[in-house]
Amino acid sequence: MDSEHIVRAYDRDLERLDNLIAEMGGRAETMLADAVAALVRRDTDKAARTAAADRRIDALEAEIDALAMRVLALRQPMAEDLRVVIAGLKTAGDLERIGDYIRNMANRTVALSRTRSVGGAAQTIARMAAIVQTMLKNVLDAYAARDADKADDVRSRDADVDQLHTSLFRELLTYMMEDPRQITACTHLLFIAKNLERIGDHVTNIAEYVHLMVRGAKPEEGRPKGDRSSFTVIESEDGGDREDQS
Amino acid sequence: MAMAMTTAFEGALGQDLAVPAATVQTVATTKIATRDLCVAYGDKPALLGIDLDIPAHRVTALIGPSGCGKSTFLRCLNRMNDLIEGCRVAGRITLDGDDIHARGVDVVALRARVGMVFQKPNPFPKSIYDNVAYGPRIHGLARGRDETDAIVHASLERAGLLDEVSDRLGAPGTSLSGGQQQRLCIARAIAVAPEVILMDEPCSALDPIATARIEGLIDELSRDYTIVIVTHSMQQAARVSQTTAFFHLGEVVEAGPTEAIFTAPVDERTRAYVTGRIG
Repeated sequence: MDSEHIVRAYDRDLERLDNLIAEMGGRAETMLADAVAALVRRDTDKAARTAAADRRIDALEAEIDALAMRVLALRQPMAEDLRVVIAGLKTAGDLERIGDYIRNMANRTVALSRTRSVGGAAQTIARMAAIVQTMLKNVLDAYAARDADKADDVRSRDADVDQLHTSLFRELLTYMMEDPRQITACTHLLFIAKNLERIGDHVTNIAEYVHLMVRGAKPEEGRPKGDRSSFTVIESEDGGDREDQS
Repeated sequence: MAMAMTTAFEGALGQDLAVPAATVQTVATTKIATRDLCVAYGDKPALLGIDLDIPAHRVTALIGPSGCGKSTFLRCLNRMNDLIEGCRVAGRITLDGDDIHARGVDVVALRARVGMVFQKPNPFPKSIYDNVAYGPRIHGLARGRDETDAIVHASLERAGLLDEVSDRLGAPGTSLSGGQQQRLCIARAIAVAPEVILMDEPCSALDPIATARIEGLIDELSRDYTIVIVTHSMQQAARVSQTTAFFHLGEVVEAGPTEAIFTAPVDERTRAYVTGRIG
């Protein structure tokens, strides 16, 4: 709804909430791009700077929490205003977690720089990261534009991230079996892949808040899940591998 | 435009909104139903064909801007509008399925079944005791002092006032505080064993503490009575009611589970009103 509130200061509060989310989201986007670039180039300085950038994201979350609490207490929002405040509050929480995952990726990049590089795993991770980056950008655009269809598209992309995570998991296990000296590097890469997969999940959450904010209800169908890594077992004795479906 | 309040939203919103089970009552019996209810004061129309079902043992809130017809609607439900000169009522209102305008309906008996609490507490210029005893006496509900005593005590207790006034039942009703006076009026309404209690902005003259007491009381009373409340406070409507009807320019624009009206209203006019926008 475009019309203004009778109390103009209320409009300004909600605008400020949107602006803070946009700033927080923008910073998360930049952090993710920097973390991936640092990983691919084994750039420890950039990785360290990226990890440090998470502090600003945490501060923004605290600012959003305080603003949302103030709006709830002072304005007692109803209908879409209520949904905007709740979506803002929850989105800030998810972005904060996203920041934590990126910081963890950056820290592992510093550790990885002291190991030998592992096959093409960093490239697969970069591919996975590219999808997650697009999802994050699109969900933030959908949030700002109140575009539920765009948010639904983002939500459907998460299955691709999950599938890449599963295949990366198998790939890295194989490297570890081939050469135990790669275990340290591969373990860090596994966690980095897991972090990206979790970021995808948080982006999906945000997409659902956008849907709720615009349409007044959460999206109906359960979202597709493609992460099979929790069920994956690769045996070395017989040389074969299998995916346990139980 | 038929608005069956208990069902209108099931199709429109699906099951996504987490509406507590108590709110969506698929088998809620309808206590009062209005069909094509039109009211005019002289040649000025006030209600333009209201179709609304009021579920039994629920709190129904009527919200809307001043002059939207919500108080007129409320007064129709126990034929208080009969007392207003030049007021014409057309259409059908049923209480438990019976037309309240049918020939032979005793209006005094109707108002005993459908009691009313007004915006401004209006105790009679009598003692606390007599304020509550008055109704049962004129309706012949109490024989003798003992029965009257019992009704007065039970009613004051239900209204959450007994502890505060038990040692001064002979004091004038007007000596009480505003909030106490309003609870006295509720006790007076309860004393004649009504089935429905209509409340016209019952808290608008009260401070937040007295308001909270009345709201708590409304919640308790809804187990035994059907309550219809007109309120200008949307927060109050959201707190006390299970169903809400939004009135605008003499029509019911939207009616349904309270949660739906306040979290995801469908009509643009409802959205503008509940969010405090320029509609």
